[in-house]
Amino acid sequence: MDVVVLLFLTSGLFLGWSLGANDAANVFGTAVGTRMVRFTTAAIVCSLFVILGAVLSGAGAAHTLGKLGSVNALAGSFMAAFSAAITVYGMTRMGLPVSTSQAIVGAIIGWNIFSGSITDSNALTKILITWVACPLLAGFIAAPLYQLTRRVLKWAKLHVLRLDAYTRLGLIFAGAFGSYSLGANNIANVMGVFVPVSPFTDFEIAGLVNFTGIQQLFLIGAIAIAVGVFTYSKKVMLTVGDGLMPLSPVAAWVVVISHSTVLFLFASEGLEHLLANAGLPTIPLVPVSSSQAVVGAVVGIDLLKGGKNIQWKVLGSISVGWITTPIISAVICFVGLFFLQNVFNQQVYREVHYSLKPAAMERITDLGLPVEDLKDIQDKIYKSATRFRSAVRKSTFLSKFQESRILHYAEISPTEISPALLNTLDWEWLGSERTESLDSLVGKSYYYKWQLTETLARLNDEWKLLADTTINKAHNKEIKARLNYVLRTFSLESKDNVRDK
Amino acid sequence: MSKSPALFRKTRNLEGQIDDFLDCISESGLIFQKAIKIYLDHGMCEDFEDSKNQVQQIETRGDNLRRAIETQLYEQTLIPDLRADVLKLLEDLDNLINITQANCFRFAIEKPDIPEDYKADFMELTKTVVICVDTVVMSARAFFRNIEAVRDHNSKVLFYETEADIISTKLKTKAFSSDLPKVEMFHLRYFIERIDELANEAEDIADTLAIYTIKRSI
Repeated sequence: MDVVVLLFLTSGLFLGWSLGANDAANVFGTAVGTRMVRFTTAAIVCSLFVILGAVLSGAGAAHTLGKLGSVNALAGSFMAAFSAAITVYGMTRMGLPVSTSQAIVGAIIGWNIFSGSITDSNALTKILITWVACPLLAGFIAAPLYQLTRRVLKWAKLHVLRLDAYTRLGLIFAGAFGSYSLGANNIANVMGVFVPVSPFTDFEIAGLVNFTGIQQLFLIGAIAIAVGVFTYSKKVMLTVGDGLMPLSPVAAWVVVISHSTVLFLFASEGLEHLLANAGLPTIPLVPVSSSQAVVGAVVGIDLLKGGKNIQWKVLGSISVGWITTPIISAVICFVGLFFLQNVFNQQVYREVHYSLKPAAMERITDLGLPVEDLKDIQDKIYKSATRFRSAVRKSTFLSKFQESRILHYAEISPTEISPALLNTLDWEWLGSERTESLDSLVGKSYYYKWQLTETLARLNDEWKLLADTTINKAHNKEIKARLNYVLRTFSLESKDNVRDK
Repeated sequence: MSKSPALFRKTRNLEGQIDDFLDCISESGLIFQKAIKIYLDHGMCEDFEDSKNQVQQIETRGDNLRRAIETQLYEQTLIPDLRADVLKLLEDLDNLINITQANCFRFAIEKPDIPEDYKADFMELTKTVVICVDTVVMSARAFFRNIEAVRDHNSKVLFYETEADIISTKLKTKAFSSDLPKVEMFHLRYFIERIDELANEAEDIADTLAIYTIKRSI
């Protein structure tokens, strides 16, 4: 692997390290702080399960983050992760509550603004709602769970020592669950921005398990988190013990379980699929703040007891953090990208051009959109999504959906199916039917991305995307990964920059 | 005894040691009661000596158990949130055996003359303080296993302590308004107070147990 690639990944590793140093305390803080669990035990369990969670279930939340903005150059990804890490580090130093999730979202928006990309308002709204819902949900889970635990303990009449032994075991299991959920939910914060530019390729282990490039990327990020846990989290764990309000070990167990459940709910693709299959509303897969989940759970328990110990100041600062953290991170990212591009001469984003050529106009006409109004901007080439969108907005008034369709059909992505490049494809991964349809297109070239994808879908159902529903999400994700691989391989814009899938 | 998984065997052993320690306290109270009865009926005799020795053995066993429990609690960093309270509780409870033992020695060394018409009340006082000690032991057991019951036991401890106070006041009033020589009056008062001390100590333990229970239920 290129040394430069490794160098650019360091910012993600730094972010991972700080996440491990800080957020492991949310999972094992009370247990270690109250000496119920030894730090070494906590660190080993935490590291192991963070890695498992990240590698096995990290993709869901990363997908939503990817929708918000797809950072398409390695140097851009570096700066996004770096500005998030700086924001987290700086705000922690100042004693302000900070969330890695909020910092990275801010950084991505910063990159979007700098690169002229459009921030997906649907994804952003989804993320913002989740941030507010996360502590609330943790509180709603913690309060009845606490009540239930109390009743069970009252009924069980356990000896103090037996309860102590069970609680220790419970804290380790809850910690393992919490670490898994943390890895699954928060790996997107650490490595999510590197997903579109991932330098890793898939490989099979003993011909049995397919280890994808994204999983390899997440493994590296998770190892960085584990290093953070081992090197720095002890200090945080010992101080976090009773930060918000003193908790008994049993109450601490309730808090960890509630926190972990919330993080798991917002990360589990399996659960999402299960709910969708049952026709129930699904939970968005979004990276959330584990610290805020803990605060929510503690407040939930406190409210149950009459709400005398609530520290409104802490709650207030969390709400302020929802706004300030992304803004600070976005500003740092924007300024950082400027320097990286103009002082260090790095490509921080790959320009995506837009134009309404006759083919696109024809397609838009089929949609029944007011093409007449768009005649003025026809054939003009726009160097970014935002410029193209404002030109469209000046010409006519469209709904958000119509706007997104026009953007989709106007995105230029010249490709040519050359026989030389066809031979470089990973045929096994693509599958014989898909490769055959590509083979039949040799020598053909396309101006727009959709032209190639639609042609492929017409040639073979294996290339067809299903309706955009939660049930079809996994299938579509697989197809999209293969389509992007093909588009990148045959792209005429970045011939020298052909990346693996 | 039901078999417990190896994982919790140490815990179960320690639970057993705590139960044994609490048994020691109850036992020492009952033997003390027996010793006083022997003394009141027969004065200083071999049977009293035997009872005194029994109390002494229980005291030694109680001390050993307490030390073993304390060491394990520290070494295995058990019940970190309650450890300080439990250690204090065990030491306070141990003090009850110490008082019992000291009283046996006082009787053996000082051989107080207890007039015939005082003996029934002396016995009544002893019985009451021993019930009081027994009840506080039940309260301590409840603290370990069933905190809901601590309150019930504690209210009984307070009741028996008040009863003991009434009997001891009655006895002291009777002694100081009698024709007994002053030195015997003071000697009687001294022994009444020493026996009553057990109930007072039990009451103090019940008070602290009430606080520990609130802490445990958080």
